[in-house]
Amino acid sequence: MVIQLQHVYKQFHKKEVIHDVSLTVNKGEIFGMLGPSGAGKTTVVKMIAGIDMATKGEIHVLGARMPNLQTMARIGFMAQSDALYGELTALENLHFFASIYGLKGKKRKERIEEVLELVNLTDDMKKAVHQFSGGMKRRLSLAAALLHEPEVLILDEPTVGIDPLLRQAIWEELERIRQKGTTIVVTTHVMDEAEKCMRLAMIRDGRLIAVGSPDELKKQTGALTIEQAFLHFGGMQS
Amino acid sequence: MRIQAIVVRIIRQFFRDKRTLALMIIAPMFVLFLMDLVFNGETYEPQIAIDSNVPQQLADALQETDAHVTTMTKKKAMDKLDEQQIDAFIEMDKTTLRITLEGSDPSVSKQVLMTVQKAAQTLMPPMKQTLTIDTVYMYGSEHMALFDNFGPVLIGFFIFFFVFLIAGVSFLRERTSGTLERLLATPLKRWEIVIGYVIGFGIFTTIQASLISSFAIYVLDMMMEGSFGYVLLVTFLLAMTALTLGTLLSTFANNELQMIQFIPLVVVPQVFFSGLFNLDTMEPWLRSIGVAMPLYYGADALREIMIRGKGWEAISFDVSVLVGFSLLFMILNVLALKKYRKL
Repeated sequence: MVIQLQHVYKQFHKKEVIHDVSLTVNKGEIFGMLGPSGAGKTTVVKMIAGIDMATKGEIHVLGARMPNLQTMARIGFMAQSDALYGELTALENLHFFASIYGLKGKKRKERIEEVLELVNLTDDMKKAVHQFSGGMKRRLSLAAALLHEPEVLILDEPTVGIDPLLRQAIWEELERIRQKGTTIVVTTHVMDEAEKCMRLAMIRDGRLIAVGSPDELKKQTGALTIEQAFLHFGGMQS
Repeated sequence: MRIQAIVVRIIRQFFRDKRTLALMIIAPMFVLFLMDLVFNGETYEPQIAIDSNVPQQLADALQETDAHVTTMTKKKAMDKLDEQQIDAFIEMDKTTLRITLEGSDPSVSKQVLMTVQKAAQTLMPPMKQTLTIDTVYMYGSEHMALFDNFGPVLIGFFIFFFVFLIAGVSFLRERTSGTLERLLATPLKRWEIVIGYVIGFGIFTTIQASLISSFAIYVLDMMMEGSFGYVLLVTFLLAMTALTLGTLLSTFANNELQMIQFIPLVVVPQVFFSGLFNLDTMEPWLRSIGVAMPLYYGADALREIMIRGKGWEAISFDVSVLVGFSLLFMILNVLALKKYRKL
């Protein structure tokens, strides 16, 4: 068990956005968080990543209570917006993030080359990021999150606005990373992407409405698709 | 119809952004208010010291033309001149009236000379005919232009203004582009981000400060009596204060426009208290506001160095206040980042 949330609540200005969420993520799995936008997925992953703090309840990642700076060094985070410096080149961006994670010299050079290869941006590494297409920026963001070989990878809507072919490629890449033993948490509001996760948490209005593998969730509700299962669980709540 | 829809939408947007709305109305009023206070101060009454040889008749005449006249020894008067507590010292040597002017502010020097001339006109013959006036400048000279007096303040102001704006906007961009959040997802500590900004910009502002100062002194031939190294030190510290204040305030702005809104609130008022205008004619309570303004200290130190040719002793207080401001703003920056990550 790599990630554990116990009765987590989060309030923003007295408004409760996360209500009593408890879940666990096991080592080496791709764990999906499915829900409409505004459901609270980003808030949950930000708390797991240590950027936000739960108002109530506990979050443990890799055995440490979050937020914890030492643990954050072992987490890779890819935010919803491409957090890149547009004036800098792809290489300069990666160089910057690698240095922040304490990578130096030869090791840093190697890792930058590896991740650039991985996301297929080697040919464009000398280009300024503001010249990149949306898809290229997403891939570079992913590369930045992978630089320090994190044990836990948290991706907030990694494939939003990306063409189907590239989306396919990213998922294949995630599968390869997972096979090396990395635990991956990914948020999405696309139902067919949810099918690719090993286990899935369905979130609606800040509440966890169901957890399980896509097959289990479908079987439990007698639904043919994840979408039907989501509607079923959502209906039970309201 | 479509135009109307646009008009309605714009008006609605304005009312959503109450701050911009308030600033559009309140900020100009605020600046006008300050200008009113500053410019409608009473006319300056020069502080003149005289020695005991100056005829009583002249002393009375000076008093009548609105000068504050005190009698003191030459030695004491010279000390007071140096401390800028008096503007001029007048001594009588037979038929020669010798005026020693402090001289930093050309407009004050002019005022003193006018007052003395006016008073001399009231003297009775034969003294009126035989009297000669001899003027000595302690600092500056009669050739000193108003620009020489304003110059040091303007150098300080422009450095402060641009560093404030650029640092504020670039830190703001870091926030709006999501890179700040991305940084806070790394084990980077909050103070490391602040220090990183201070050093990164520090290098840039050192270059900027030296270029602006050299340009003013060597190209514009601004009056320069003291050491260039001290000028660089003070401009650098002023830039650091602007940088830390700019990044701090950017935390409270949501976009570039809101950052610019800080200019009339934070930057412009400092100009009024930086010595561009004579502070002595201001109400004392108003004058004390200047104490809270970094530019007040920066401009004072630059004037001491550039006009009065003073060294470390004269600027050490200003320098330590500027260092204090920078440190304070840095600490507040680290605390303000808590808004984005508690740890």
